[in-house]
Amino acid sequence: MKLLLKGGRVLMPALKNEQASEKSMDALLDVLIEDGRITAIGDNLSESDVDTVIQLKKEQWVTPGLVDIHVHFRDPGQGSKETIATGALAAAAGGFTTVCMMPNTSPTIDSVSVLEYVEQAARKTKINVLTVPAVTKGLEGKELTAMGTLVSKGAVAFSDDGMPIESAGIMRKALEYAKMFGVAIVCHAEDPSLCGCGVMHEGYYSTRLGLPGIPSSAESTMVARDIELARQTGGHVHFAHLSCKESVALIRQAKKEGLNVTSETTPHNLALTDATICDYDPNFKMYGPLRAADDQAALIEGILDGTIDAIATDHAPHTPEEKLLTFNEAPRGVIGLETSLGVILTHFYHSGKLSALDVVRLMSTAAAECYGLKDAGILRQGMPADITVIDPELSWTVDPNRFFSKSKNCPFNGQTLQGKAILTIAKGEIVYDESGLLDGKNQAELLASV
Amino acid sequence: MSQTLQAQSNFTQEDLPSNAVIPVSPQGFKWERKHVIDSSQLSMAEVHEVLNTARSFAGILKRPVKKVPTLRGKVVVNLFYENSTRTRASFELAAKYLSAELMNFSIDTSSVKKGESLIDTAETLLAMGVDAMVIRHGSSGVCQQLAKHFGNRLGLLNAGDGQHDHPTQGLLDLFSMTARVPDLKGKKIVIVGDVMHSRVARSNIHFLNLFGADVHVVGPSTLLPHSVEMLGCSAHTDIESALADADIVMCLRMQLERQRSGTIPALSEYTRLYGITSERLTRFCKADVLVMHPGPMNRGVEIASDVADHPEISLITNQVTNGVAIRMALLYLILSTPS
Repeated sequence: MKLLLKGGRVLMPALKNEQASEKSMDALLDVLIEDGRITAIGDNLSESDVDTVIQLKKEQWVTPGLVDIHVHFRDPGQGSKETIATGALAAAAGGFTTVCMMPNTSPTIDSVSVLEYVEQAARKTKINVLTVPAVTKGLEGKELTAMGTLVSKGAVAFSDDGMPIESAGIMRKALEYAKMFGVAIVCHAEDPSLCGCGVMHEGYYSTRLGLPGIPSSAESTMVARDIELARQTGGHVHFAHLSCKESVALIRQAKKEGLNVTSETTPHNLALTDATICDYDPNFKMYGPLRAADDQAALIEGILDGTIDAIATDHAPHTPEEKLLTFNEAPRGVIGLETSLGVILTHFYHSGKLSALDVVRLMSTAAAECYGLKDAGILRQGMPADITVIDPELSWTVDPNRFFSKSKNCPFNGQTLQGKAILTIAKGEIVYDESGLLDGKNQAELLASV
Repeated sequence: MSQTLQAQSNFTQEDLPSNAVIPVSPQGFKWERKHVIDSSQLSMAEVHEVLNTARSFAGILKRPVKKVPTLRGKVVVNLFYENSTRTRASFELAAKYLSAELMNFSIDTSSVKKGESLIDTAETLLAMGVDAMVIRHGSSGVCQQLAKHFGNRLGLLNAGDGQHDHPTQGLLDLFSMTARVPDLKGKKIVIVGDVMHSRVARSNIHFLNLFGADVHVVGPSTLLPHSVEMLGCSAHTDIESALADADIVMCLRMQLERQRSGTIPALSEYTRLYGITSERLTRFCKADVLVMHPGPMNRGVEIASDVADHPEISLITNQVTNGVAIRMALLYLILSTPS
């Protein structure tokens, strides 16, 4: 099976230790895919023996498949919110070919048997669903999981995400132990004694709405603690879903000092602030919370100067029934796989803040590098054919009822966005198509096959 | 349904000392609101309409037969998810004085305990013919969520939601203040105590700003919410400077819970630092200062007994009486608005 993408704008940023001037790519080129691999990238590649030729416009981007290093697929245990199968569909529709699943399922992904269940379900999808098992058994923050064994079975990082690791002593041991296997500990930075019963950013809007606030220090004190533990252990700590300016400043300094830290923030924390929680809609409730305008500005500065390595959705499905509860009672979390790219393009590419290569770096190449994924986020000859074709101009309106995700808890409901993945290729196969470029294949057939 | 309700009512028009009291609105103003859930949504004209309406109802409370048929056949439910005796009783009497049927929906014994959602509970009551619901809930914003769901199908009055708002309290306080100080413009009003957890304070700050008052809040820094000044007030931690030349002092209830949660070290220390005593009032405030309290009071904690009971200084009993008149006015206004 040979597939040729002709004439699109091929975008591939340089890897971490490469010279951008030499290694980054931004040119109108053809990409040839054979048997699941990228076999050639060049001018006017020959069409002979090619099974499918897809003629792209020069405005359409050909990028390494997008990578989301932070998703919750609720499987096993909470299939009414999402399953690995439906999560993978949502990912493909959003342009993602690789996602990393967090372990706060039921049961927790903290043992080989649960990991094997997940890996088996993951293999049935058409994209790459990777797993981030728990740091501690049952996310209890007490005993480490068998990280060595779990790494040998496919674990790519470890996290107790959803729960902070309250004990600095356990975090220290986790960083030391994980270092032996070269994997990151992903930190959900939240000091429960500071967060209290908080449900939104502590500031003017929490005062006005009368909702208990979460001070920024609930996040930043734990970021500071874990930076010091990274310094002491030499272990790799990755900070998830950053939300406040204090954390950005701490991580910027840590990186300057050469510490082994990486970080991510979310499309919603970048695009929204606490001022948008005007009518108590629980679809705006998540952790890290939407914060103030100066926090948002610091996060944007962070993605521009490399303090924040990646944009990750923290895709966290919850049922409509749960999100009908009061703001205090409703569970935290919003979904993002099907809106992430559109939100980033609309708010940051079209506004001129991010270049096309920046978008690809933050949402694919550098995201994969955070977890040291060797086979993701790279559009080069010889690499697996995980490719996303993006129409950056396509205007569309967010309608959660049309999502492939089982859940609808999306804060961008009703927004008109500019830019969308129109073709997703994973492991050499087309897994999502709304390009209208393929003859004889329609959407339903494709989806049925995913 | 209305026939059944009339049959249950013991009153007919002939029993009454006068016909129904029907307040007259100023020309050109038409009340169109089915929901009173957020103090900040009310316009100046609407606030005046509430106050005027309450004024025309206030007289009923002094009559030997405290009942007019104004809302006969209307059905109101008190849906209280938080313990309350005073506010619930105030709404209950307000409804009864206007001849509306009132039902207290007890959360303890209802299916709410079995996990039924608030919207389902409200839909069920609506299906039984209820015209308006009075809601008190521990979570901020529930009334907004209900209003979004029901629109004008149902009258809604917020009787206190979380730490967010308590519009009927704010309005009754405004009514009580303007009865004694007709023009609040430039008057120094000081709200004392646990502002952070107080929906009463938020509602009052809003209405007092609307009426041009000079609003101050004072309390321990652990009980002043973030950016409270942006609500339209000056914030203090020092009682002396806060009370200086005050026209009206409004105490907030101090709950023992704050001591347990470590927010304040001890109620006795709170009393020493912020308790409203006649000595403090005399030393710092204007000579004709007035004192208010939304109740229930902790005598000897946030307010000294002699202040609370002082016939000239204390407005506390007036607040309670006016609460019934304000709630009569709001029930009348939202129930006279077509669905």
